[in-house]
Amino acid sequence: MWSAAKQYWRVLTRPSVHFSLGFLTFGGFVAGIMFWGGFNTALEITNTETFCVGCHEMRENVFQELKSTIHYTNRSGVRASCPDCHVPHDWTNKIARKIQASSEVWGKIFGTIDTREKFLAKRRELAEREWARLKANDSLECRNCHGFDYMDFTRQSPRAANAHGTFLASAEKTCIDCHKGIAHELPDMKGVPGW
Amino acid sequence: MLKFPFVIALTTIAFAAVAADEPIATLRGLDPLAEQGPAPPMAKVSNEDLRRARNYPEQPPTIPHKIRGYQIDLNANKCLSCHSRRATAESQAPMVSITHFMNRDGQFLASVSPRRYFCTLCHVTQQVIEPLVGNEFVDIDSILSDQDSGKKN
Ligand code: HEC
Ligand code: HEC
Ligand code: HEC
Repeated sequence: MWSAAKQYWRVLTRPSVHFSLGFLTFGGFVAGIMFWGGFNTALEITNTETFCVGCHEMRENVFQELKSTIHYTNRSGVRASCPDCHVPHDWTNKIARKIQASSEVWGKIFGTIDTREKFLAKRRELAEREWARLKANDSLECRNCHGFDYMDFTRQSPRAANAHGTFLASAEKTCIDCHKGIAHELPDMKGVPGW
Repeated sequence: MLKFPFVIALTTIAFAAVAADEPIATLRGLDPLAEQGPAPPMAKVSNEDLRRARNYPEQPPTIPHKIRGYQIDLNANKCLSCHSRRATAESQAPMVSITHFMNRDGQFLASVSPRRYFCTLCHVTQQVIEPLVGNEFVDIDSILSDQDSGKKN
């Protein structure tokens, strides 16, 4: 074992006989770009709504529910797609969320969530994961589109202006504290604070 | 807000002027019975957040704000997330009436009784439109004060 490792080390550290240093450096550089580009392209593909609703359980459950909400159809025609709300923009968090999401893909491939009933049974757990995430990042994904600093309270309904002018302005609460179920049907809310 | 009655008035006048012997326009419009005419534009839900007077004491108060997408089912009740007893300090919304805690035997329960759970069975939003038909409802105070002042009703 140890001797094998030593052997590899020797191969790796020995100067190349057949290739020039320039070739190796440049080649490594190009290969690196290709790998990185390919990786990120693959990542981008998984980052589209088409990919998200490619799975039966997403298309038949959450997507159908999203369609009647303001984030799918509204007077201005600006809309939020799945990754807008569910995938962090900065790279580290994105990768972390992707790794977590892989367990959901696992659920798909091995049929843990293949019917509406099974989805509903799992829904509270999945929702709680999203609430916790949005609570922890101060509803970052909402704020990517809805900037508090740009909210014109005189143009909001009195109810909205009140709530936003108090608990949101004082940072006591964040969007997800008050706007649960903004895009999908809620699971059984028993025991959730405020419900 | 005023467009709709205005349009109705215009069509009515135009119609009366053009052809006195054509069929009378009713609420459903002039289209033949078997055909579906164009639908009127959808009215906006009133969203001023101002309480409205009740026409009689037992009247379920109307909802003074929009409730689009509010979920009320076995899993969740969005209305109660502001109007429940515990939520009102924060939301400053009126608490659901104590009658809503009563079961059919008149016993008060710890929380809203199942028979009062589905808010929109009694409470409804209002739209920003002129009423389509007239209404001669007079509330009890007006009747009483008219009686006192000797007018007959
Ligand atoms: C991709 C951008 C985007 C993201 C991300 C987003 N929204 Fe929105 N949201 C919109 C747009 C656009 C509208 C309204 C469009 C209109 O009124 O024409 C809207 C409307 C709303 C409304 C108004 C609902 C109503 O009935 O009037 C609420 C509440 C809201 N968003 C909350 C949230 C919350 C909470 C999140 C985070 C979970 C979020 N939004 C994430 C773009 C976004
Ligand atoms: C303290 C609770 C609370 C918090 C925190 C909160 N909201 Fe709201 N928001 C409300 C209420 C109540 C309404 C009005 C009722 C409704 O639309 O359901 C509202 C309405 C809205 C509307 C519609 C505006 C209108 O005039 O109807 C938008 C958009 C919105 N919120 C976005 C957000 C975003 C984005 C955040 C986070 C940055 C946020 N809210 C945080 C309570 C809150
Ligand atoms: C406006 C933001 C928004 C958009 C757009 C959105 N979601 Fe969500 N999603 C949420 C929030 C917030 C939750 C947390 C649960 C809740 O409050 O309903 C959630 C929860 C979920 C869950 C967990 C189960 C559940 O229903 O609670 C799944 C799965 C999900 N979303 C998938 C999707 C898919 C697929 C799409 C695109 C078709 C999508 N979401 C679009 C905000 C959004």
